[in-house]
Parts: sequence; C-alpha cells; structure tokens
Amino acid sequence: MNKNITIQVCMGTGGMAAGGFEVLAAFESLMREKNIPAEFRKECSMHKVGCRGLCAKDVLVDVITDDRRTIYQYIKPEMVERIIDEHIVGGAPVSEWEVDEDYHKFHEKQVKVVLSDCGNIDPEDINAYIASDGYKAAEKIFASMAPEEVIDIMKKSGLRGRGGAGFPTGVKWEACRKVEAGQKYVICNADEGDPGAFMDRAVIEGNPHAVIEGMLIGAYAIGASKGYVYIRAEYPLAVERLKKAIAAARECGFLGKNILGKGFDFDIKIKLGAGAFVCGEETALIASIEGQRGMPRAKPPFPVHRGLWGKPTVINNVETLANIPYIIKKGHEWFSSYGTEKSKGTKVFALTGKIKNSGLIEVPMGITLKEIIYDIGGGIENGKSLKAVQTGGPSGGCITTDMLDITMDYESLAKVGSIVGSGGMIVLDEDDCMVNMAKYFLQFTQSESCGKCVPCRIGTKRLLEIMNRITKGAGKQGDIELLEKLSNDIKAASLCGLGQTAPNPVLSTIKYFREEYEAHLQGKCPAKACREMLTYHIIEEFCKGCGACLRACPAGAITGEKKKPHKIAPEICIRCGACFDVCKFKAVGKE
Amino acid sequence: MKKLKITIDGKTIEVPENATVLDAAKTAGIAVPTLCHHPKLTPFGGCRLCIVEIKGIPRPVTSCTTPVSDGMEVTTSTEQLENLRKTVLELILSDHPNDCMVCEKAGDCTLQELAYSYGIRENRFAGERRIYEKKDGNPFLERDMEKCILCGRCVKICDEVQGVGAIDFTYRGFKSKICPPYEKDLDCEFCGQCVAVCPTGALTGKQWALKGRQRGVREVDTVCSYCGTGCNITLHVKDNTVTRVTSKEDTWNEGWLCIKGRFGYTFINSPDRLTKPLIRIKDRSSSLNSSNGLDDIFREASWEEAFDHIASRLSDIKTKHGSDAIGGLSSARCTNEENYIFQKLMRAGVGTNNVDHCARL
Repeated sequence: MNKNITIQVCMGTGGMAAGGFEVLAAFESLMREKNIPAEFRKECSMHKVGCRGLCAKDVLVDVITDDRRTIYQYIKPEMVERIIDEHIVGGAPVSEWEVDEDYHKFHEKQVKVVLSDCGNIDPEDINAYIASDGYKAAEKIFASMAPEEVIDIMKKSGLRGRGGAGFPTGVKWEACRKVEAGQKYVICNADEGDPGAFMDRAVIEGNPHAVIEGMLIGAYAIGASKGYVYIRAEYPLAVERLKKAIAAARECGFLGKNILGKGFDFDIKIKLGAGAFVCGEETALIASIEGQRGMPRAKPPFPVHRGLWGKPTVINNVETLANIPYIIKKGHEWFSSYGTEKSKGTKVFALTGKIKNSGLIEVPMGITLKEIIYDIGGGIENGKSLKAVQTGGPSGGCITTDMLDITMDYESLAKVGSIVGSGGMIVLDEDDCMVNMAKYFLQFTQSESCGKCVPCRIGTKRLLEIMNRITKGAGKQGDIELLEKLSNDIKAASLCGLGQTAPNPVLSTIKYFREEYEAHLQGKCPAKACREMLTYHIIEEFCKGCGACLRACPAGAITGEKKKPHKIAPEICIRCGACFDVCKFKAVGKE
Repeated sequence: MKKLKITIDGKTIEVPENATVLDAAKTAGIAVPTLCHHPKLTPFGGCRLCIVEIKGIPRPVTSCTTPVSDGMEVTTSTEQLENLRKTVLELILSDHPNDCMVCEKAGDCTLQELAYSYGIRENRFAGERRIYEKKDGNPFLERDMEKCILCGRCVKICDEVQGVGAIDFTYRGFKSKICPPYEKDLDCEFCGQCVAVCPTGALTGKQWALKGRQRGVREVDTVCSYCGTGCNITLHVKDNTVTRVTSKEDTWNEGWLCIKGRFGYTFINSPDRLTKPLIRIKDRSSSLNSSNGLDDIFREASWEEAFDHIASRLSDIKTKHGSDAIGGLSSARCTNEENYIFQKLMRAGVGTNNVDHCARL
C-alpha cells in the first residue's frame, strides 16, 4: 500500500460541469466505506484544484504517490472504485484510463506563469498558496523595497496589460504614483465578457490569492489603501472563491490594517457586475462601481489622474495582476526572458471552437499560431480542415491559414487587423461561414452597446442590418463597400473601445474572405452555414424511409411512406435544418 | 487663472486653463457643430459631431470633453471630419421620424438645422426605426421618444440643475431609451427644464401644440409674475395671444424656469380672468346665512373707486376698533419691493404689526 497519497480533482467550472463534484464525493465516500485503515487515511489527502487547462478531457484526476503522479482523464464517479482498489490500495495505476499522448502534447509547449499554481493547489486553502511560496512577493517588497523600486521592476519586466490594450503596467503605475492625492484605488478588472473567453475566470477560480497578492503589490506601489474587484455575477464559483480568499487573506494579515506589521493599510471589496459587456471598459467600470449606469466617458482625463470617485485609480486586468507576484519573486530578467522584443512574458488563451484539445493554455508571447493549433490544440476536430482563427473575440479579427506562422504578440496581430485582446481564440473550420461569424459578433456588440454615442448605437445596428440581409440572400450590390465605409466611420468616430473595435470582425473578414461575401450576394453561402440561403432535399439513394426527418420537421414539409424515400416540399420548408441534423444516413442534402 | 496658448485652425489664441477645446473654438469665433453639448451642463461626448483633430493624437476626439493643453494644435474641419459628421447625422436621421412638416419643433430644431446645413436628403443607412407608444398622462410635457437622439441633455439637467433625477438612460444598444424608472409614466415636478434643453422635437410643451411655430410669433421679454424671484421670461405672442413661455440663456436666471413660469401662462388670455376691480354689493353682516360669501354679488368699479372704498373702510375699522383689529396678508406673487411697501402701509399707515406673507404659511 502506498503512503502519502494526494488525490486532486479538477474543479474549475469546466471540471464541475463534467461532474468533478460527484467524482470527489465518490472518492470521499468510498474511502470511508472500504474500511481502509485509519493510519493510511491520515496519509491520504483529497482536494479540489482549479482548472488545469484541458477542459476537453474533464474530469481530470491526479493521484500523486511518493514516487509518481498519475493523471486520469474522463473520470466518472463509477470509475472511482477501481482506481481506489487497483491504484491506491493495490499500487498499480489503471493504465487504460491514464491520459493519452494528447495531454502531454497539450502541455509540452506551454509555459506556465500565471497558471503555474492553477490545478496544483487547493484554491480555497490559503495555506496551499502559502506553501507554494504564496505571499512571498508581498513579504519581499514590504521588507526591503520602496514603491519606486517595485515600479521599476514592473517597467523592466516589460509586462503589458493582459486585458487587451497592452498598455505597459509599470508605466501606468508610475503615472498614478506621481499624482498626489489623499486617496487612491486599485481596481481588478474581472469583467471578462468576450464570447469564448474564460481566462480570468479560470485564474480566479484556480488561484485567487495570486490576484489578491498582485493587487496588494500594486496598492503598495501606487500608495492606494482601497481596492475593488469588479467581477461578473455570472461567475458564481469565481466570486465564491474570491470571497473566501479575501477573508482568509484578511485573517492572515495580508489585507486590512498594518499589513505585515509595516504600517500599510489595504483592503479589497468585491463589486458584482450585472452582465454588461461595456463595463469591461475602464471608465464604464468606474461608473458602475459608483452606482451609475455603466457608460464610458471620454478620456482624457485618464483614470490614473481622475478615476473612481474622482481619485487616482489604477485598473489592471486579472491576468496582469496574477503575473505580478511571480515577477517580484523570480525577477524581471526571468520574466522578460520569455516573449518577443516588445511583448514580454506569457499569455493565457482560451482555445475554443473546432479544435481537438479545447481548453485553457498559457504560452510564451511570440509562439506561432501554427504551434498553438497543431501542437497544443492537436489540430482540427473530425478531420476537417482549418479555415481561420478569430482572436480577440468581438473586438478582434480573423487570421487565415496562410498566416499560420504569425507570432502571437501585440504588434504582429495588430499588423494583420486583429488583436491579442483578452485572449479568446476561436478556431473555425470549413463548415463555418465567415460572414455568419462576423454577424454573430456584431449581434453581440450591438446588443451590448451602451447607447451613449451615435456611431456605436445606430451604426452597429445598420451594419447588422446589412449583414442580416446578406446572410439571408437579400444582399444588394454595393453592400460590401457600404459595410467597409460604415465600419471605418464607426471605428473613427466612436467614443470607447467597444465601438472603435466592433466593426473589426466585419472588416477583417471582408479583407480576407471577400469572395465569401460576394458569393452571398450571388445567393450562395459557400460553407452552407447560412440556413436561410439553403434549400434542403432528400437524396433518394441514401434515404431509408425511417421517418426521423418527418417527425423532426416543425413545418410539416416532409412527406413519405415508411421504408420509402421521403420528400421535402420546398414551399413549406422553413429551412431550419432539423431534418439535416437528425438524419443518420446523410440522406438530406443542402444547396 | 493661468492662460494657455493654443492654435485652432491656424489662429493662435489664449484661453483659461480649465477651458475645453470647444470653449476655445468659441473664443476663436469658430463654429463647431454640436447636438449633445450644453454650456451649462457637464460634457457628455455622445453625439460625436464636435470631433476635431489634435496634433499628436492619432484619432479624432470630441472637443466638448477634451481639456486644452499648452501649445495644442487643433483642426476643426477636414474632409475626413466632415465626412464623419455627415455619417453621424445620417445615422441619427436613419432612426428619426423625419416628420418636420408637422413637428412642433420645426424651425427651432438643432437636428433639422444640421441636416439642412449638411444637405442630407438621401440616407445611405436607412433601416429599422424605434417605434414607441406614447403614454404621458400629464398635462405639461409631450414626450415623443421616437424623435429622441439620446443626447442626454434632459437627463443631465434633471439631475445636475433641477436635482430631481426623474429620468435616465435605460436598455442597451439600439433599444437604448430615456425614460422614468421601469418605464412608468412620468411623475415629476414638470418644471419643463428638459423641454428647454431638448435639441429636437422629442420634448415639447403639450400646450404649445398647433398654436403656431415661428411665423407671426412675436417675442416679448418680461419678468415672471409668479414669485419674488423675478425670473426673466420671454412670451411668444401670436395674434395677441401668449402661445409659449421660454427664458433666454443670458438672463440672470440662466434660462431656467419652474413649472409655473413655463407652463402656467394660460391665465393671461383666460376669459375668467379679472381685468377690473370688483366691489361686493351685498352686505355680509346683514345676512347670517351667507357666511361663506359664495352667494355674494359683485359689481365692477374703477380703480379710483375701489381704492377710495378700501381706504374709507380701513379708516372706519381703525376708528371703531383700533389699529390692531386690522391685519394684512401679502402675496408671494408680489416683488420684494411691493412686499416692503405693503408692510410699510400696515405699520406706518394703519399702525399695526399684524402683517404676514403667504410664503410663510
């Protein structure tokens, strides 16, 4: 029998959705039931850990014995008994459930800084963080560094804002430090709203103390005594873990009055966002904390001069803040050894879409897109071919297959009309229509526009109307040029980042996939994704007459006798595609 | 205050350091189009018409929100800026009823004026328009939110000047709308300050409807008679009838009015209005049944007769019962000077301190 066993169950939102809670409960109850000797149980610890990235393989369970770590994938509660019997008691791992090559390939090219403790420590236990050198950075600066020295390290590290805009963190801190004011604030922007992005959520769920420590260091550097975490109410698990972490940090003296006995006061409040995308924009975020409607205001003045309640305020993104303790602990030279000349360190991306290994990855800046897609991501699902990658979500643009050697950094992505953004990376394959994809993002930005400025409020609506008619096959000659004209005007005239970037998906898809737009104007959707442009028919030679499509059709457009080929009446058909989805014999064709 | 030197369209001028670029343009005599800006309210920056180019800033910025800095070089009009302004105007008009023919505001509408000066006839961006049901139960404010361009002036004046906060922005995106909480019917003090600052026909006075727009309307500046504050008002008179009351921005009351001054003008041309003094002809003391005076009969009199009557009755009472049998109550509708004279009359003339004022009650 093994001694000193640790069982770790992945309990990020992904892990929990896949059944992580039930798996952990199964371990706990079976260990009790199985009459495993008490002295053994004392040696065996079980705990939950935050997201470890490869959500596609959840639930992931680690069994760590004295000499090795065994990682299991796709674990369900009913599989737990065998792991206990054969591995924990018997000492022989259940090899067929261990992770496969994909798992190792997924991690090979990753460099984990922000995520280094995620998935290894219990996010609800401050001692786990402390045992992993947590709060050492805070202790270090409190013991021996002046605020200016901290700022100097940040500047030298080359860390830039991970929320999307990439502003140098040290420069922002320095600007705020220089403003004289009785009260200053540090705000953590955890209002992650891009569709398909979940980096910040995973960091807070997996290692909330790194964010708190980052805020404490920032507060010390600029001279702030109060901090806010502005986090979406749609992230209940992250909120809960953050609350626990703040309470624990307060109890251990890392927050509150006279921190570490050095006479410095700092405390953090949580402010829940009500789900408005625009509140990720810093001036809208400030308005929201102040109890106003979340609407941006024009800059200057910038928040470092006039921020929350009119006081100097530094707003940093979750990932930016989580980098800070590691930079202080390991030095700016270590951090800046990763990345490119202008983009230092690592970046967390949420890899989603038609990719085999979807999940959360952390890679050094400057890695190529090809390495991310094919080495880490394992390529495209179901043997399909890659069409494009959308980075930066609704504010970004697409990267095509002939640009796969592009390096992931702020400058390179900007050059091709996209952005790093907060780190969403959506992989599209041959079945995805680029026009439809751009329309989807535009729908999002239009409904999330705050309504303050005309180009964003009405302009994006008009863009969307044009996109709608194009994807319905009702596009007019000149629509592409009109889209370009209006997009450029919206970008130039909008008040905040939301409007200034909302047309990016349209512009970038027109730039790289103009022929798809033109095909739509000719009445064809090349990817066969725009349902309203398609006609459905039964391919007689494949149809078995099973009646599945007939039952699925909500319009009653399908007729036919059992075991004989069915028919679709085009005048009744509403082009919903239900027959296509339900047919097991590929007997429904679409044109 | 420190002065800063800035250059606008080639003109170098000096402006106070707290000025905005728009203020500076005004000082230089350069017209920059605006819709959401109002000089008495905090800057909003929503309409995007006042965008200018500033050397060193990569994108156009709104002049109404940007503070000046020393040595700043500003260009207020370029092909690209005019192009963007035209797009913005077209977008606004694409979501507007464009019914100037029958709009109360026609001729006095900033949006109409801008559409005219930019020559917008065709609209490249025609599309869906917001359609709302009107549901105002109040007798004062007409709110046609389909004409609202969301400039936010009404929200700001209600909050920043009136301190009421009856309305605010609601919803998001294209559906954004300004309305009272939960879209309830408006229930405020109906001061109409929002009406005064609305640049379009979204907010008008219900009493104004069909009473005439600009043609044949004479403006008469006067002082409001409702209270001692003495706000300067302008009567809009057509065919010898007051059709509207406004107040100019350069008055001491800065153009602000209350509900009475703005909407309480219908008494002027009311047929029920007294135009001559009346003397009660039935002796109230002779009838015990008529204590409320409702059955009393009055007759018209000249001012001379009326004053003689008052003076003789007061003298009688004073002689018979003494000065303190008389009391005087004056009105808040009188000026301070009139109220002063009145108390003087009571104290020095009648000889009593029994004098009071309705505003104290």
